[in-house]
Amino acid sequence: MPITEADIEKIAQLAHLEITDDERRLFAPQISEIVTYVEQLNAIDTTAVEPALGGLTPEGEQTVSWRRDEVQPSLGQKLALEQAPDPAAGHFRVPKVLS
Amino acid sequence: MESITNLRDGIVRGETTARAATESALNAAEKLNDSLNAFLEIDRAGALNRAAQVDAQSEKAGLPLAGVPFAIKDNICVRGMQTSCGSRILGPYHPPYNATAIDRLIAAGSVIIGKTNCDEFAMGSSNENSAFGSVKNPWDISRVPGGSSGGSAAAVAAGIVPVALGSDTGGSVRQPAALCGVIGLKPTYGRVSRYGLVAFGSSLDQIGVLAREVSDAAAVLQVIAGRDSSDATTADVPVPDYSAELNEDVKGLRIGVSRALLGEGVHPEVRAAIEKSIEAYRDLGAEIVDVDLPHAKYAIAVYYIIATAEASSNLARFDGVRYGFRAKDAPALKEMYRKTRDEGFGPEVKRRIMLGTYVLSHGYYDAYYLKAQQVRTLLRQDFTRAFEKCDAVLTPTTPTPAFFFGEKVDDPLAMYLNDIYTVTANLAGVPGISVPCGLSADGLPIGLQLLGPYWSEARLLRLAHAYQTARPLNARPRVFA
Repeated sequence: MPITEADIEKIAQLAHLEITDDERRLFAPQISEIVTYVEQLNAIDTTAVEPALGGLTPEGEQTVSWRRDEVQPSLGQKLALEQAPDPAAGHFRVPKVLS
Repeated sequence: MESITNLRDGIVRGETTARAATESALNAAEKLNDSLNAFLEIDRAGALNRAAQVDAQSEKAGLPLAGVPFAIKDNICVRGMQTSCGSRILGPYHPPYNATAIDRLIAAGSVIIGKTNCDEFAMGSSNENSAFGSVKNPWDISRVPGGSSGGSAAAVAAGIVPVALGSDTGGSVRQPAALCGVIGLKPTYGRVSRYGLVAFGSSLDQIGVLAREVSDAAAVLQVIAGRDSSDATTADVPVPDYSAELNEDVKGLRIGVSRALLGEGVHPEVRAAIEKSIEAYRDLGAEIVDVDLPHAKYAIAVYYIIATAEASSNLARFDGVRYGFRAKDAPALKEMYRKTRDEGFGPEVKRRIMLGTYVLSHGYYDAYYLKAQQVRTLLRQDFTRAFEKCDAVLTPTTPTPAFFFGEKVDDPLAMYLNDIYTVTANLAGVPGISVPCGLSADGLPIGLQLLGPYWSEARLLRLAHAYQTARPLNARPRVFA
């Protein structure tokens, strides 16, 4: 199913990507070609086949990954804010949310 | 060049020092970086400091990797060094923590000399997608080293470091290993912790090892493998002694070959090298059996749905809020997200995020993502059936030797088809290793790949070691330390 430039714009919105007109023109046929390529899977009969979600091996699925509900040390505000583009007192400052 | 075990033993016995080994690696890294661009950061001060700490330890016997210099792919977090993932969007990000694999390497006495260049967010097969320039193949600097762990593969191939870590989501350790003539190992899914590996495809990613010697890959896996409470996808499976059976012969082991996978699309010199390597295993006493992986031909289609879907989710966190690059002059939050991501991500990353967003979007999830995961199950079943008849499946690692820069950048699908032999292992979760098996007429390395059942790394290493011992690659790249 061919992907149009309008589709690309819609997808870019969903993915929070602001793409240029040149990018839209470049990506539409490329993504269209890839989507057509992957559609070959439609020819395969997958009736009653369980999807392999998660990628775990059988041993991985059996591994118990719960831990005790006890407080553990965490990163802390100072370290968490160290890399922030616009840190403020104990929080991350961002441009206004509602426009 | 000597094995890391010999290097380490020499350091423990006091015949040489961690400082000497580290200096040597640092000098080589600095000297060759203009020609190879393998490193994005070389941490001379930190590495020499660490080497001094190792040398000062009176009891080195408990350090299996004492003084061994390492290069680490720049999508694995090392405290005190950058982690850029080959992207502009991480800006000046310096992780406040080590990946678990890094903690284990450091505890074992190793010295990290720097972070290596890679395709942006591990997305690529040529290292041409890095925001910081391509890595050159040490065998021919007009050709790609492979990707996405191109920098790590080049650093090992050029003799800068004996071992490096990379990551492998669709072949990103094994494919550059093949193109650069080194060993590349991807463990079973859940064998090595992904904590501190920046996530690309969470059901596919594994940290892997690049080395010149199979025995060195085994020694590194020994240190980094095992359950980690910080990564719930690691399995509670005991870690065997990966070096114990390395030197055993391979008589009677069964090697599975799928004739269908050696058909069209394979470079004739690759096919010839693989046929020779099959003969080599016969000479070593292995039994060659026919196997069939009927769904392997759909693996690229399955992979580029699942990997991109998972990536679109994993890369949502790069939004300019908490770390990394933030676009200027955005009037409100939504615009900031969009501008930051548009300015920060390269084209391949955007392509894959959009593909992933599309296949997960309303109305398409069943048709693409669910369908792909069902075919993934069928592929896993193919492997289970194959492993009833053989101990390892042998394939080429890549369909061609290293190609020229620019040859495939304008055709994403053609670029994706480089991964045709490697993605199967990530989809099935099985371990795989690439071993150099010859040179093309142009002097470019060719790799053979062995894939084994879950948790069979010891046997894969044994098969690889037997091959490397019988048919060593007696050649060096043009660019060498």
